[in-house]
Amino acid sequence: MAEKMIKLTIDGKVISVPEGTTLFEAAKLEKVKIPTLCYHQDLCVAGNCRVCVVEVEGWRVLPAACATPAMEGMVVFTNSPKVRRARKDVLALLVSEHSTQCTTCYRSTNCELQELAAEYNIDNEIYLNLLKDKTFTVDDSSWAIEKDETKCIRCQRCVRTCAELQKVNALDVIKKGADMKIATFFDTVMSDVVCTNCGQCINRCPTGALTERRYIDEIWEAIGDPNKHVAVQTAPAVRVALGEMLGYEPGVRVTGKMAAALKHLGFDSVLDTDFSADLTIMEEGHELIDRLKRKLVDGEDVALPMFTSCSPGWIKFIEHAYPDYLDHLSTCKSPQQMFGALLKTYYADKKKIDPKSIVSVSVMPCSAKKYEAKRIEMNDSGMQDVDYVMTTRELGHMIRQSGVNFKELKDGNFDKFMGDSTGAAVIFGATGGVMEAALRTAYEVLTGREVPFDGLKITPVRGMEGIREASIKLENVLPDFSFLEGIEVKVAIAHGLTNAAQIMDNLVIGESPYHFVEVMACPGGCIGGGGQPIPTNAEIRKARAAAIYDEDEKKVLRKSHENPDVQRIYKDFLGKPLGHKSHELLHTKYTRRERV
Amino acid sequence: MAKQKLKRVDLIFSKDCTCKDILAVALKRPKEEIVKDLIDSGLKGRGGAGFPTGLKWKMAMEEKSNKKYVICNADEGEPGTFKDREILDRVGLKVLGGMALASYVTGAREGFIYLRSEYKFLIPKLENLLEKFHVWMDEFDLDFKVNLFIGGGAYVCGEETSLIESMEGKRGEPRNKPPYPTNQGYLGKPTVVNNVETLVYALMIMYIGSEKFKSMGFEGSTGSKLFSVSGDTPKAGIYELELGMTLEQFVKEFGDGDAKAVQVGGASGFCVPRKRFKETHIGYQGGLEGFSLPTGGSMMIFNSSRSMYNVLHNYLDFFEEESCGQCTPCRVGCQQLLKGVEAVKRGEKSQKYLDDLLRLSDTMKLTAKCGLGQSVANSFSSIVENFREEMIY
Repeated sequence: MAEKMIKLTIDGKVISVPEGTTLFEAAKLEKVKIPTLCYHQDLCVAGNCRVCVVEVEGWRVLPAACATPAMEGMVVFTNSPKVRRARKDVLALLVSEHSTQCTTCYRSTNCELQELAAEYNIDNEIYLNLLKDKTFTVDDSSWAIEKDETKCIRCQRCVRTCAELQKVNALDVIKKGADMKIATFFDTVMSDVVCTNCGQCINRCPTGALTERRYIDEIWEAIGDPNKHVAVQTAPAVRVALGEMLGYEPGVRVTGKMAAALKHLGFDSVLDTDFSADLTIMEEGHELIDRLKRKLVDGEDVALPMFTSCSPGWIKFIEHAYPDYLDHLSTCKSPQQMFGALLKTYYADKKKIDPKSIVSVSVMPCSAKKYEAKRIEMNDSGMQDVDYVMTTRELGHMIRQSGVNFKELKDGNFDKFMGDSTGAAVIFGATGGVMEAALRTAYEVLTGREVPFDGLKITPVRGMEGIREASIKLENVLPDFSFLEGIEVKVAIAHGLTNAAQIMDNLVIGESPYHFVEVMACPGGCIGGGGQPIPTNAEIRKARAAAIYDEDEKKVLRKSHENPDVQRIYKDFLGKPLGHKSHELLHTKYTRRERV
Repeated sequence: MAKQKLKRVDLIFSKDCTCKDILAVALKRPKEEIVKDLIDSGLKGRGGAGFPTGLKWKMAMEEKSNKKYVICNADEGEPGTFKDREILDRVGLKVLGGMALASYVTGAREGFIYLRSEYKFLIPKLENLLEKFHVWMDEFDLDFKVNLFIGGGAYVCGEETSLIESMEGKRGEPRNKPPYPTNQGYLGKPTVVNNVETLVYALMIMYIGSEKFKSMGFEGSTGSKLFSVSGDTPKAGIYELELGMTLEQFVKEFGDGDAKAVQVGGASGFCVPRKRFKETHIGYQGGLEGFSLPTGGSMMIFNSSRSMYNVLHNYLDFFEEESCGQCTPCRVGCQQLLKGVEAVKRGEKSQKYLDDLLRLSDTMKLTAKCGLGQSVANSFSSIVENFREEMIY
């Protein structure tokens, strides 16, 4: 059935739009930009900031374009004097309640309020400064997320993010009138609430009210200390997003430039989390096979499906929300923490460095990794395995501070021993990537053959659907694994914790048909992580994912077990997957947590 | 045009009919006829917003849905009104009768009385009435059950979409409109939300007929309404009066002989100075320009001993706290108006700043998300425009 079309006039031009189109969307189709603050593509419409108001002929009030559907015969003005005056007033009101210390704000030049205030010339203080009478605080109790009430404009994007995308509800609105603000349950400090540290709220905050806890200065200090060996690892998703901090469009890969820049910054070793991503596949793939064997052959009561454990936001979520199901989690540490544990043991030994002098830094697309690094379990090297975690954004800032001309840099390489990577590791950064990498290796281990997909591209597990399912039939398996002959391995992929919760709820009622499930806390996987450049939206995440899959295709080695550094570490140090050393350094355990 | 004399009416509290008898006749009539009667009568919502009641019921009637709801809005929170309390206390059955009528017309099988939490003392009485009422419903073979819902105390929950949000267990904040409640209301189902008084009038129109109702008041503002009279008056209380009177007539009857202003419509309404008593009518049409003012019933009289700065300060103080805080113009605007008049009074801002604030009040009226937010600046603009010197000196 054809869509019903609505005819309306926008700024003098008659257009037709499908029924249900909002005035904001209709204007966008006409390439007219209407300013917004509370609106975000990933979230439901709130209509509370009132910056997007427009004039409609015959209407007494100025409706919000984001929340008003186009109606037949409407005559809309998006830029009349009345509209401009109103928008300017609304912006001035927001500014009057906002800390305007832009010079000391981490989000300066990347702030939607600042941009609009400049655009509308909110260049004098028309209204009284309301901030000075308020008792607003900065909450820096969390290891991952800082919350600064003086910069909040109450757009509630964070609230909607936490509820709609993540089903966590750590942030909500409290009180009313002048006292209305965004807060945690009972206004408890961020470190003490049920927060997964995923940072999706940060990605959608239009101002500097929510930011990651930053370690830039500490890292500069360490680099400047001649007695320290500062090693850095970079996660797969960083290389496809870092460019956005440094003048590139979304979707441009800057792997080589990033490696060169890190050396320029003065890191003593520039290494790649891809290495430990490949290692994760080796360990996790064998863990899955082991679980299947114990279940099918030994008849043990083994928890299936097995869930991936690379996403620390997901880990904290399941620990809080589904603590009875922690045995379903793979015991593998995340690539960051495997890397950290090996850096101060294996790598130190190889390079003849005193592990105590190593400062272990990681660059992550993630804010939850900051929390993960500080978990008490993550000290298997005898000290804290990863000392500082910085986000893609922080690295962008460091590169800018260093004065290096990033765009002119010649491509560099990662250093040896823990710097090799495969295409399988690279795709860890996109939702479905861990699953694809695991299948590429596990299938080959079990059958001796490559996965039966053209160009190793396991397309059913790719894409941006919130939950995806796939299955792969095991036929003509190698004799060692005859117990799996004819079995159809069922897998699922979920990204965004709301989708993860759906998978969990099905498991709770006993309706989970899967053997193996990949869960990433963030929409799109790590490429959409809470530490990635701002803004984020579906288009940007798609561009980053495309860049990831492109890098995979261009790699010579595309299966984790082919990674030469991985092969070497098993030969020289670890022995075999799930071996004694692996258990000591690469596996972990989880903690039951409260729901409130 | 305005009637010459202020006329008292006795419909709401009248005892010369019983609710049950009216229903017995009405519930046998085709529902389309009832809607037509209501539309003909010109009855508009008595909560203050003034939406035509018949039209609202018609819209809900025409919605196709497996579930519909009727909600009686008894969250009477506007400063200066206390008429709904009186209605529920004295003629609660008539309110239920109006709800039964709405149920019959729209097909709603479940109804709620959203009772202001400060009116908890009415619960036992209402529960008794409900028991009786549900027996009637069985007798009339009308499948309709009414429950009590007790509000949490927020002013904004008198706004119908906030009221619905709060009933759904959420924070009481206005929704974006459209969709309107008659289309998607409580739990996403078509819902009629009517003020307590409106429901009684709907019932009484069935009794006296739309012609008789229409003969009262004037075009666009037919019928009568309850007024909550307070302030500097020797006759504070509740009065049912024909619509269309002038403020001069009103003040002559209720004032203490020294009235300098009347606040019509509560804190969110307009303040009328003495010089405009003669030309200002009480009714729904227009705003100040048309010299007729709507009201949910609140009429506060101030005599010459009152400081209009204090009056305004009191209202702004109320709104600064009672704005739900969701949208920028209302949340921040109310704070600015309050702090602004204080700063002018203290001499920290020049008197010209009042003009900036008047422009701000225009923006608030134009851009706030809900009807309440659009009206919170009314008292500011009408008091500052008429009593500017009192703001400064």
